[in-house]
Amino acid sequence: MTLALANTNPECPARDVFTAALGRLPGAGAVAYARARAFDAFERAGLPHQRLEEWTCTDLRVLMRAVLPLAPLPDVAALVRAKAAVAQTALEGAAKLVLVDGVFAPDLSDLAAFGEGVDVKTVPEFLEYPAGADLLITFATDPMISLNAAMVTDGVVVTLGDGVALSPPIQIIHVATQALSSAFTRSHLKLGKSAQATLVESFVAADGASAYQVHDAVIAQIGEGANLSHLRVVADAADATNISSRIMTVHEKATVSSFNMTYGGTVTRYQGFITLAGARSELSINCVNLLNDTQHGDTTLVIDHAAPRCTSEGNFRCVVDDRGHSVFQGRIIAKAQKSQGTMMTRALLLSDEAKADNKPDLQIFADDVTCGHAATSGALDDSLLFYLRARGLPEKEAQALLIQAFLGEAIEEIADAGLREFVSARVARWLETRR
Amino acid sequence: MALLAVKGLKVRVKEREILRGLTLTVNEGEIHAIMGPNGSGKSTLSHVIAGKPGYEVTDGQIVFKGEDLLKMDPEERVAKGVFLAFQYPVEIPGVAIMTFLRTALNAQRKARGESEFTTPDFLKKVREVSKSLNIPQDMLKRGVNVGFSGGEKKRNEVLQMALFEPSLCILDEMDSGLDIDALRIAADCVNALRSPGRAMVVITHYQRLLNCIVPDVVHVMSKGRVVKSGGKELALELEASGYANFRGRGLAVLRIFR
Repeated sequence: MTLALANTNPECPARDVFTAALGRLPGAGAVAYARARAFDAFERAGLPHQRLEEWTCTDLRVLMRAVLPLAPLPDVAALVRAKAAVAQTALEGAAKLVLVDGVFAPDLSDLAAFGEGVDVKTVPEFLEYPAGADLLITFATDPMISLNAAMVTDGVVVTLGDGVALSPPIQIIHVATQALSSAFTRSHLKLGKSAQATLVESFVAADGASAYQVHDAVIAQIGEGANLSHLRVVADAADATNISSRIMTVHEKATVSSFNMTYGGTVTRYQGFITLAGARSELSINCVNLLNDTQHGDTTLVIDHAAPRCTSEGNFRCVVDDRGHSVFQGRIIAKAQKSQGTMMTRALLLSDEAKADNKPDLQIFADDVTCGHAATSGALDDSLLFYLRARGLPEKEAQALLIQAFLGEAIEEIADAGLREFVSARVARWLETRR
Repeated sequence: MALLAVKGLKVRVKEREILRGLTLTVNEGEIHAIMGPNGSGKSTLSHVIAGKPGYEVTDGQIVFKGEDLLKMDPEERVAKGVFLAFQYPVEIPGVAIMTFLRTALNAQRKARGESEFTTPDFLKKVREVSKSLNIPQDMLKRGVNVGFSGGEKKRNEVLQMALFEPSLCILDEMDSGLDIDALRIAADCVNALRSPGRAMVVITHYQRLLNCIVPDVVHVMSKGRVVKSGGKELALELEASGYANFRGRGLAVLRIFR
């Protein structure tokens, strides 16, 4: 036990990083107080380790070791490199909001594309408001969420009024341009009653970025009858760490369909805390991990059916090659009657050393619910591979076709054709690099 | 020179010897039928010719168009013109049949150094071929063999055979899982593909299929060898007398027939 505690790395404690950053962290008074409290909460717990149930497969004391200091403010050269990276990952027709090394970059963003009924502010602007400190407080508690609250430098706060249907997708692009430093961002999305929006989040590296850390959080409120399509793509540098939390509250009769794809980064954790707070709300959440080399990709979801007659459907697929390690933990908490929740997880292991931990889990507190979960893992089917080779496909191409088919079931859940194409193209590119 | 020459082929799976010195020669344009009881090694022969992993060739050779087939990967054999129609075509959920056909066809063309088909050319070709084989267009809108009936699966195999234009087709128990009408339809498709430049090896238990696909040569296999070869009347003979005469004693049987 003492050994694990020693691993928090006393030579470079997180408090030094926090203290050094104080001069740059926006907000005074109540905000500064909330930051200090959040940091205390983080420090008490330290980096999450394997003896915590929520982090049992992802021991950050081993995988991440230390919190890196804040990346410097991006200079002109950094912004030029960031611009090139943005061009590579921009979704056609999207209204971009770009954060470079954790700092909002207005010149790379499309603020003018947000029309009437949509309010966009940066986090520093928002923290000036009397209730600004609320931004730093969430219902979900976790050491890494606390650390994020303490250290957040920037982010966007997007609010859609009642009945507003925003047609261009909002794309938040996180670009890293530095090495051995970290970015702390937090964004808010609020959809009014019957509002409609598409949110795409992209995490990418500019030329020259390496071994950096991304610490991100998104807090979303989905109003009554509102509709959100959500896509998140983690394409960070191969040696980067990305720790992200999504905290979402879904109100009555609202629908959310969310898709996460992780194929970048050496250590990634995506933790989603979703509360179906209003009756008859619907959630469809699908995740795909594509991992090779020594990548460690963790997706952890907690779906709380707090109101009656809500449905949630989760489909998780991972493809793991080399010595990659995929983790999926999914929990459905069925508190309310007539909850319907399913969680299906499937792992495809392409090498003998690839590893997958699939842990779907149900907690049922009501007596009239329909919930189910399943987990499978396996290799590519030899008989299918031979059939394809007997039709002339070289082995790698045959594998690629079968992997695409394996992922297809989850990808087809993306209703929007543009987003589906965006994901498929990235899957194809990933398969291309395997050859 | 023979199109396909199998000489003294010995094959084992794990520790068990399945083919024990099989010899077979197929010339261009010929239709050969291979009959024999369960376990005589018919399907093993087809798998070894196609290059399925898991079989150990301990002796003998397979020469196709003058080249050593055993040295090639399955996909190379296909590009050279070998086609195996599977006894049980697999279902591949999530792979659309048109994507599959196009990927396969272009992979073969690429391996032969030919240009790949463009989308319109490919669509035109599939339409033509499927029409000539009476294959309904809606069958082509599904996943590969997913939800296909036994007959549809076999017709899909024949469709591929027609598209890929192989010079040697091996039909592994095409009649299994088919009712009489489906068998007739599938056999008609095969007959439509008979040509002087194309040889076929038809593996079957029953003479019935050979009423529809009339062979030039009939071979009887037992215990991993060809124990008798003859004309199409040999199949009729077998239908009347059964395989009993061939079971067990292998070579001794030959003497009885002589």
